[in-house]
Amino acid sequence: MSDFDKSVPPQLDADGVDRRGFLECMTWAGTGMLWTLAGGLPSAVTMTKALAATPNTPFTFLQISDSHIGFDKAANPDARATLREAIAKIKALPMKPSFMIHTGDISHLSKDNEFDDAAEIIKEAGIPVFYVPGEHDLLDEGQGQSYLKRFAPQSKGAGWFSFDSQGIHYIGLVNVVNLQAGGLGNLGTEQLEWVKKDVADLSASTPIVVFAHIPLWTVYPEWGWGTVDGAEALSYLKRFGSVTVLNGHIHQVMQKVEGRVAFHTARSTAFPQPAPGTAPSPGPQTVPAGDLRKYLGIATIDFVRSSEPLAIIDRPLAG
Amino acid sequence: MLTSNTIFSRRSQIFGLALIAAIMAGFPVLADDAPAAAPSGTNTKVKIDNFTFNPAQLTVKVGTTVTWQNVDDIPHTVVSIAAKMRSKALDTNDSFSFTFKDTGEFSYFCSLHPHMVGNIVVTR
Repeated sequence: MSDFDKSVPPQLDADGVDRRGFLECMTWAGTGMLWTLAGGLPSAVTMTKALAATPNTPFTFLQISDSHIGFDKAANPDARATLREAIAKIKALPMKPSFMIHTGDISHLSKDNEFDDAAEIIKEAGIPVFYVPGEHDLLDEGQGQSYLKRFAPQSKGAGWFSFDSQGIHYIGLVNVVNLQAGGLGNLGTEQLEWVKKDVADLSASTPIVVFAHIPLWTVYPEWGWGTVDGAEALSYLKRFGSVTVLNGHIHQVMQKVEGRVAFHTARSTAFPQPAPGTAPSPGPQTVPAGDLRKYLGIATIDFVRSSEPLAIIDRPLAG
Repeated sequence: MLTSNTIFSRRSQIFGLALIAAIMAGFPVLADDAPAAAPSGTNTKVKIDNFTFNPAQLTVKVGTTVTWQNVDDIPHTVVSIAAKMRSKALDTNDSFSFTFKDTGEFSYFCSLHPHMVGNIVVTR
């Protein structure tokens, strides 16, 4: 389903990438963005660039997302293999990231063996990992108990938490619980209250990184790609000079800068999903047989190297 | 053989009489535990395809069993607060059945992809 429809004419996105160019850039779904924070200004480069980069940045961390361990359908018969490739890329980085965040959908069906295998593969990276759950991680009988026990035992509520590292405040949020019919992602009152308190005593010059599975900004409500109370959470962060929002869920890179807030979504390590509105549904995008590695692998990297959009650099206008 | 036939024949006779009596009395003939022989219209299917319930709107008689089958390559659920109905995650080709015993209007959705909604009206 949702086969890549070559009859659709290229449409330029806001970032100037046409859809085909975009797909060609999905060098390997496993990517991960490598985040660099220098003087409170976060910037991201694709893994391909990072691999070639000289390690002269003061501090880096990494994001991976949507590994969907257990997924074995046409779009990628072996999601374990592509996660392994992603981890191998991370291990090959010239500069070891301080830690990694995983923005959810670790597993496909929340099965024990899926969680076990994901943890085992990710552990190979040899760096600490902070997780937030995706909706696919809450499908056990306890509706998320298995995830919490394994991946976020120290968290609050449905799995939210915050931590500080080298002067930056990180907030992991959960927007995949208690979803309402017809609605979008949902944080809920209890979590919003917690966010408000969590940042209350921080200085406005503290760089903030917020991460959650479903985009906290409205990407495409027709497919449920947004968070109904995401704007409220961000309203508590208005006074901060640098806010970076990292999400997954939509299996493609999207970015937006609004004032001092930079929004990004990461690629999946498992399979691509169509650009908003370009397919009948947001289901896994099956690329022609034999071409999977072209979309997930490192073969088509020229576009990534030659053009600006995927090498995301965010520069807030004021500190 | 003779004995067996006789018994069979007697049973048929008794069943036949019971059937006639039931029809005359206006009672439903078939027991609940005989779904294969249920009258037509008491079992309806909804297909989950391309992140939609098809048909999304459905009107059924009370007592109807609705079966949802997911043919997407992504799991979905079928959840209705009004009907107190919640399926487990349905992987590709998994099914979930629910019998509507009360009249009314029951909206439902996929708790994984809440933009997927459907509605079932149960009439007498």
